This record gives sequence, structure tokens and C-alpha cells, in this order.
Amino acid sequence: MYFQVQFVASVSAEEFTLLSSCFPRSCTFYLVLCINLFLFFLLAQESWVGVLYFQIHFVLLVSRQGKVRLTKWYSPYTQKERSKVIRELSGVILNRGPKLCNFIEWRGYKVVYKRYASLYFCMCIDEADNELEVLEIIHHYVEILDRYFGSVCELDLIFNFHKAYYILDELLIAGELQESSKKTVARIISAQDQLVEAAKEEASSISNIIAQATK
Amino acid sequence: MEQLKTIGRELAMGSQGGFGQSKEFLDLVKSIGESRSKAEEDRIVLSEIDILKRKLLEPDVPKRKMKEYIIRLVYIEMLGHDASFGYIHAVKMTHDDNLLLKRTGYLAVTLFLDEDHDLIILIVNTIQKDLRSDNYLVVCAALNAVCRLINEETIPAVLPQVVDLLNHGKEAVRKKAIMALHRFHRKSPSSVSHLVSNFRRKLCDSDPGVMGATLCPLFDLISEDVASYKDLVSSFVGILKQVTERKLPKSYDYHQMPAPFIQIKLLKIMALLSSGDKSASEMMYMVLGDLFRKCDSSTNIGNAILYECIRCISCIIPSPKLLEDAAEAISKFLKSDSHNLKYMGIDGLGRLIKISSDIAEQHQLAVIDCLEDPDDTLKRKTFELLYKMTKSSNVEVIVDRMIDYMISINDNHYKTEIASRCVELAEQFAPSNQWFIQIMNKVFEHAGDLVNIKVAHNLMRLIAEGFGEDDDDADNKLRLSAVESYLQIISEPKLPSLFLQVISWVLGEYGTADGKYSASYISGKLCDVADAYSSDETVKGYAVTALMKIYAFEIASWRKVDVLPECQSLIEELLASHSTDLQQRAYELQALLALDARAVESILPLDASCEDIEVDKDLSFLNGYIQQAIESGAQPYVSERERSGGMFETTDYHSQDHHEVTSHALRFEAYELPKPSVPSQASAALVPVPEPSYYSEPHQPISTSSSVSERESSEIKLRLDGVKQKWGRPSYQSSTSASSSTPPQAANGTSIRSDGGGVASSSSSKPRSSYESKKPEIDPEKQRLAASLFGGSSSSSRSDRKSSSGGHKPAKGTANKPATVPKENPIPVPDLLDFDEPTGTSDVAATDPFKELEGLMESSSQDGGGSTDVMGLYSTDASAPVKTTTSVDSLLSELSDSSRGTYHQSQTTKGPNSKEALEKDALVRQMGVNPTSQNPTLFKDLLG
Repeated sequence: MYFQVQFVASVSAEEFTLLSSCFPRSCTFYLVLCINLFLFFLLAQESWVGVLYFQIHFVLLVSRQGKVRLTKWYSPYTQKERSKVIRELSGVILNRGPKLCNFIEWRGYKVVYKRYASLYFCMCIDEADNELEVLEIIHHYVEILDRYFGSVCELDLIFNFHKAYYILDELLIAGELQESSKKTVARIISAQDQLVEAAKEEASSISNIIAQATK
Repeated sequence: MEQLKTIGRELAMGSQGGFGQSKEFLDLVKSIGESRSKAEEDRIVLSEIDILKRKLLEPDVPKRKMKEYIIRLVYIEMLGHDASFGYIHAVKMTHDDNLLLKRTGYLAVTLFLDEDHDLIILIVNTIQKDLRSDNYLVVCAALNAVCRLINEETIPAVLPQVVDLLNHGKEAVRKKAIMALHRFHRKSPSSVSHLVSNFRRKLCDSDPGVMGATLCPLFDLISEDVASYKDLVSSFVGILKQVTERKLPKSYDYHQMPAPFIQIKLLKIMALLSSGDKSASEMMYMVLGDLFRKCDSSTNIGNAILYECIRCISCIIPSPKLLEDAAEAISKFLKSDSHNLKYMGIDGLGRLIKISSDIAEQHQLAVIDCLEDPDDTLKRKTFELLYKMTKSSNVEVIVDRMIDYMISINDNHYKTEIASRCVELAEQFAPSNQWFIQIMNKVFEHAGDLVNIKVAHNLMRLIAEGFGEDDDDADNKLRLSAVESYLQIISEPKLPSLFLQVISWVLGEYGTADGKYSASYISGKLCDVADAYSSDETVKGYAVTALMKIYAFEIASWRKVDVLPECQSLIEELLASHSTDLQQRAYELQALLALDARAVESILPLDASCEDIEVDKDLSFLNGYIQQAIESGAQPYVSERERSGGMFETTDYHSQDHHEVTSHALRFEAYELPKPSVPSQASAALVPVPEPSYYSEPHQPISTSSSVSERESSEIKLRLDGVKQKWGRPSYQSSTSASSSTPPQAANGTSIRSDGGGVASSSSSKPRSSYESKKPEIDPEKQRLAASLFGGSSSSSRSDRKSSSGGHKPAKGTANKPATVPKENPIPVPDLLDFDEPTGTSDVAATDPFKELEGLMESSSQDGGGSTDVMGLYSTDASAPVKTTTSVDSLLSELSDSSRGTYHQSQTTKGPNSKEALEKDALVRQMGVNPTSQNPTLFKDLLG
């Protein structure tokens, strides 16, 4: 929090110098104005800086070769930023030794990663969040995947990445853990799958699908 | 091999569960899996994009085919390529009645689009319809999309339905509806402010999953407004108690812990609610104590809860018992072999240190180990801890270490951070000014382009203002040493721009001040700078102004000025510069050279950068003049609004009075106008446009007399004034003529001051109190560090300081310093000595030698003058490690012994290789996925 304030202060100071360099120096009016604005920003900033949100910013599955297996972005990133993030992070994470901690500090965020066989699961969180918890969320996800695919392997995720997405959607929503019970997640996924089976059998009949689902 | 491949293919197909992917898709995935390079992958994807573009345009694509195309698009997008050509098809698919297709459509749009995408508007209607669907799975799919895609404008469109869904029969829907509301709240708090009570109600939902999800929005709400949720403390404590007593369904257990994620969320909320609230804190003592007892520290999740407890305790007002528990948990973390736990331990230590300062003391060795750990993350965390522990007695060692680390890393983001921390610590705790300047030089040299410009201005101000004492000698000495160090550094190649600016400014201002260096020497150096960094206009500008100052000082002291040839050529070059700023500076310099000494002196007085200038912003000193002008027939001032019709009058007025309205009034306005749209050239003369806004911000004190006299005193000066203003960068202003330059300077000063104050009040208020009492316990560690690692450098810098100033010079640049620092200095002596004794005795035998040494060290360094036996002290100091290593070793071995017991269990045990897993592995291999060879059982093992 404190750093944010400091950051704001510095930004406005920069703006301030910028402004003051644009104007003739005798224009004290502007400067007074600037200072007031600056103070105002400082105060305004301080009043809402107290609010801290914890959330997962993105989930990333990368293979040991740096190939992307799954990405889910909860905070807005452009396609360009995404590739950059992936490149940067896989560069750092893949090169880390096995004994080191599972967290890295990265651009003011923290990335928690865990390696399962040849696959790295990464989640990006805020700096003040509980890293061990996120590590366990990763593990939780893997356990659910494992239960769903039956001893999951990378191949399952490669070919069924959309199912991995569905499962992730049941686990995390808008960057927050929505369900911590494996059973509940499994139940809703299987309900969806039954529906899919039904759809396969009687693809034309919508009423049947609904009947199946609400049964 | 070929056979294996076919089996693999079949297996892969089998695991699709018949989802109908075609061979093409499997081939695509496979070929990407097999691609050996990024370029190859890109090529495959690009050709796939071509194929898809064509196929999507075909008329009457069967729906199942379309679904597959969409999934292929998702795949392409996931690989980082642009699939935007197909977004519209995904959007169309959400309209489909078939749930299977709809779900695929929703998945694709949530992955493709973000909330501000143009296509969102096409989906909102579908979402609305689906939210009303009878099929809860449809509703769930729509809610997933709501959580991702609805933005502030579209919230009202779906809000009523989402609120209705809070009472849906299926808990999965309720849960998602809550998460959706939570997201709305984040996007636009006002849109759901009337629904806040719903969250409270949902806390009592019969389904624990819904309750758990409700904690997310409640956390946000509480962090915004703690006071209005105080009544919930008891409910949260009750829930947590029930959770820990395993009242929740078994399905929420995770690794034998009852609903740990809910526990953690609750702890986070409780920390918010009871921070600084004694009675609320007391309600939590019981359950927190229980948690410490119940948490299984051999599992990761148990440790996660323990860590959350520590965080919670660091926020609330803890009981001594809880602090003890927390300290114990931390020491377990620190002693563990796992880097993760060490990391958490360091973090916890940083949190608890605010409350109970003697915790760090027991772990000094662990901390130093972490500092030397090859793991970068751990190292950074430890630096963060050190940063929190810094005080005036250990600042040198810590900052030295930080700078060493800063130099060694390439990560700009972190470099910036650590540089700013160095600066902050140096500003706050600098033992001497020389040291401060040295540190600043280092920071600028290695991270110059990353530090905030404010830091540079602070440094310049510090050098200019001296240190708040009336000791001109010391100030001059400092300036001289700064000048000397800069003259040394200046010839190094590739200095950061900001640093060069500081150097140029200081050289200009003080280069010739004490006569040690000749003007031509300094100006030669400055010309070199301008030449060497010819692409950097800012630096050039600084250099030219510095030149101007040097010549001005020469002229003012009636010495003859010979402009160096290279200087002359520089000026000539700049006279034709494309940058108006540089051009103007050059012209000014040229003009200045032609002036006589008296005039020059009043333009650029020596060492006047700190003079405050008061500004009369009402221009009341002009009243008499205006009166006179009006009496002699001039038009009175017409405000902008009135003037809109009467342009002629003003022009009249302008032409009539032009020559007489005096240069300053004219100039004043002419420069002011560019910012707001210029109403008319003529009106510019007359204070017009920005006036109203100024009046609304009345702040600057008014002093008529000074500015009047100044203005009257020199015509020439005024002219130059107007000119000079143009380039006003705050740092120069200080040096140039008092009347023109100082307004910004003063303003700048206030801004920095005020924000320094703000920062200090937010930051130092909390550490300050603890710093004082913390003294005793960090010092031994510092000593070890100092002795074992930095014995040389720290002792030298220390003796340096002693000899130069004979004690601390407390006052620093920032305005609040004089008040706080001097107070701090005298205190430590008794404080430390008092503290030393008890801690020394209470502490374990292993750390005793440190204590004693520290006592010695502290008393001698704190009573200021004792420069004589500094070296002697250090030699005893240096022997410290020898004495202590034995105890250190024993302690370490103890640690590892104890930790070995606990943490080996937590290491995952490798299960037996099942046949199935082997098969899969083989498959993976030949599909080009390249699993790691050492662990063929893949996930199963880790999970088994």
C-alpha cells in the first residue's frame, strides 16, 4: 500500500516537473495549481488505496519445452502482452532449479508455479497474497483433473484442453476460488458430460437434452 | 515404433470420448506437439489459420463441424496467434439452442473476448435469455460468461436476472450468481450497492460451497468499509470454529484438513475486521490458538493455514500466547529444508517484526543463510525483510548489500524497486552526508535510468541546501567532495542521463565555488559531456546552463572570461539547434556573455539556488501602475467572458499601451497563454485566461514589496527573465536569477516536501516506533554481516564518516527530518544499553558472543566522537566469527536435525510405476511431448 502511494507521488512529481518545464518559470500560477492537483491526487489516492483485492490474474500451463498447453487470463491482457508474459515467464520458470521455491516475484506480482512431470502449472497472484494457498489451489486443480481423466497426463490436456477449461471454470471464476470441494466440481462436470453424451445420441432433439439434464 | 505410434493415436482418439474431433484437428495438435522450434510451430499455425479462414466462410457449415472449428480457433488463440477473424462465429454459436454447442460458444467467447470488446453487445441478449433458462447447466454457462464479459455499461441489463438466481434451487447456480455479483461490485461498486445485504444473507446458505463463495465478495466489501461489518466478527469466528471442528461435509476436506480454503479466506477476513480492534481480536484468540494446535505442519496446506494465521496475528492485537505460537510457527518455517517454507518464514518474520522485535533476533543466522541463498526469490524476500529492519545503526551494511545485489541483476523492474529502497533508506538513515552522496552516486551509476527523477532533485537540493546546520564549512566541504567525485566519474562512458543531469547541475553550481578548479577546466568537462551525449537534449540543456552559470560567476567576480573554443563551437552549434529549448539556452548564454558584471550578478547570484522567492500572484504591485494607465486614458481590464464580444477594444488597448505596459507584464502573459487556447494575441498581454482558475486556488502568500523591487531593479533582468522561463526545469531554476527561477523551485520544494511528509507519515510512522526498540536485536546479525562480509567496506565508510564530521549529522533534505532524526540519535544510547542486558541474558547461549560484541560496538559507535579506536574495534569485531562459528555450527546442525524429521515426510513419495502410466508415458514421448525421463509415472505418482 505504501509503495503505491509512493509511486503515485513519484508519478505526479514527474508530471509536475514535466509541466513546469513546459511553462515559463514565472508562471507560478501554474505551479501552484500543479501542487494543488498533486496534493489532491495524493489524498485521493490514499483514500482508496486501502482497498486490497486478492485474485489470480492468469493461469498458465507450459510444458518443459516452453510449449503452451493452457492459458486463462482473468485480468485483461492484449494478445501481444500475453505472448510476452508467456515468453518471459517460461524463460524464468523453466530455468529454475528443482530445489528452489515455487514462487517468483515478477513485475510486482508473484507467480506461483508447480511442476507435474513435464508440465508446469503457473498462477499469477498479487504480491500480498498467500503463496502456499495458491500452490494448493494448483494442486487441487491437478487432483480434479486427475480424478476426471483418470491418472491424467499431459496428453490428456493437449487433446482435451477444452475440457480442462471447463473444469477450470468450475474451480475458479473471475480469478477467485469458487469451489473447494472436489466432489461438487466432479458432479457438475459429469452432469455436463452426460448432457454431451445425450447430445451425441440424439443430437437433434433439444427437449430430450433438457429432460436429461433436469432429471 | 510405427506400431506404437498407431496405438498412441488410437489411445488419443479414445480419450476424446468420441467428441467428434476430426482427423485434421488431431493432426494439427500432433504436428504442433512434434514441432521442434517456435518458427515451425508458427508456420503450422499460420497455415491452419488460412484453412480455418476459408472453411469458416463456406456456406452452410454443419454445426458439429463449426464446433470443431471454434475449438481449433481456441487452440490457435491459446498458442498466441490472432484468431479474431473467427470471433463472430463463436458469438453466433452462443445463440445456438443446442446446449453442447452453446457451451462451446460460451467457452470460446470467454477466452476470446474481454469485457470491452465490440462484440459483447451481441452476446448480452443471449446471456439474458440463457439466465432465464430452465436448464441449470445453461444458466451456469451463461453465468460463467457473465463473470468474464459483462462490463460496467451492461451490468444493468443482466443484474435483475442474476439477483433472481441468488435463490435458485441449484447451489452451483447460487454460487456462480454470487461470484457474478462480486464481479459487478468490483467493476462498479455503485451498481450493486443496494444488494450488499444479499451477501450477508448468503453467508447463511445451506450449502457450504455457496457460503465459501460468499466470502470472496465479503472480503472486498469489508476491506472497503470495516466499520459496518464489525457485527459479523462473531459469525466468522463461529464459522471458522465449526470448520475446524469438521462440521462441514467430508467432501470439503483437502489432505485431511477440513475445508482449508474456506479457513484461509475466513482468516483473511478476520484479519481485516479486527485490525486494531481489541475486543474483536479477543474473540479470535481461542480459535486462532486452536488452529495453531490443530494445523498439521507436515502438509503444504497446513502450512498455508499456519502462514495465514501468522498474517492474521500480525494484523490484529494479539495476545502474548498467540505471538509465541506465531513465533514458533515461523521458526519451524525457517528451519525447514523447503525453500517455500523458508520464504514464508522470512515473510512472516517481516510481518511480526512490527509487533514483537525480539523475534528476528533468534533467527539471524537463518536470515543470513537466506540472504546468501542462490534462490533469487528467497534473496529478494530477505532483502525486503532487511529493508523493514533497517535503522541508522545497520543502514550502511544493508544498503551496501542491496547495492551489490542491484548491480548484479538485470531485471529492470526489481532493479527499480531496490534502487528506490536504497534511496529511501539512505535518505532516512544516512549516517553522514558523504556516505549519502556516495550511495546516491552508486545508485545513479548503476540504475540511473530507473530511479525516479525526484531522487535526482532531492540530491541536488541536498547538495545545495546543505544539511540544515549553520555550518557553512561542512556544506562547502561536502560540495567540494561532490564536485570531486563527479569530476572523476564524468569521464566514464555511458552514464545514465539522470546522473549526468545531476553532475552538470552540481558542476555548474559549485564547480568553481571554492577556487580549486578553474572555470575553463570545469567548462571543458561540461563541453565534453554535451559532446559525448549529443543525442540527449536534456543533458545538453543541463550542460549549457551549467556553462552559463560558470561564466556568470566568473563575470560577476570581475574575472576575465575566455570562452573555450570547443565551448564556442558548442554554442554555435546549439544556436542552430532544432530544439527550441537548447537554442534558447544558447542565445541566453550568448547574451549573458555580453553583459556587465553587475547585471550578471543579479541574474545569476552565486549559490542562490535555495533562496525562496515569494510570489505575488495577485500582481497587486501593478495596481499603482494600472491606476496610472487608466487615468491616462487606458481601457480598464475586461475579463475574458466580457471580452468575447469586444475584441477590438482590447486590441486597441493593447496597441495603445504596448510600449508602456512594460516588458514584464507583457512577457508574463505571453508565456502563460500557450496552454489554454489562446483567445487573442492582444489579450495575452493582460492576464486574462487562466485567471479564474487561479483565484479558485489561492495558496501562495503575497508579498508585494519584494517582487516590486525586484522587477524595478533591472530592466535587463526582466527581459532575460522572460526568456529564461522558457526552459524552466526545476533544477535549473534554483541556480538562475532569484526572481525568475525560484517560483518553480520553491514550488518544487514544497511538492517534494509535502510528499516526503506524506510518505514519511504513512511509512515511517509505523516503522519508526519499532525501529527504536528494535535496535538491539538486529545488530548482532549486522555485525556478523559486517565482520564476515563487509568488514572492510563498512569499517572504512565508518571511519570515513567519523573523520569527516565527528559524529552524525542528522538533518537531511526532507523537511521532517530535523525533527525526527536528532531525536533518534541520542536515544539509542541508553535504549540500546538498556536493551542489551536483558536480551543478552535471555537469549540462547549460541548468540551470546554477538550480544557482547554488539554492546561494545554500539556504545562506541553511538557516542559519536570515538573515531580513534574504530579500527581497533573492528579488529575485535573481525574475530567474532571465529569465536562464534562453533556455536553457529552446532545450532545449524540442530536445525537440520529437527527439520529433517518433519520435512522428509512432506516430501512426496514416489509410487510404484503402474503399467498404465508407463504406457501413457510412451505415448507422450512419441507424440512429441517429451516428458521428463526421470519420472515416467507422471501425475499419478505425484498425486498417488
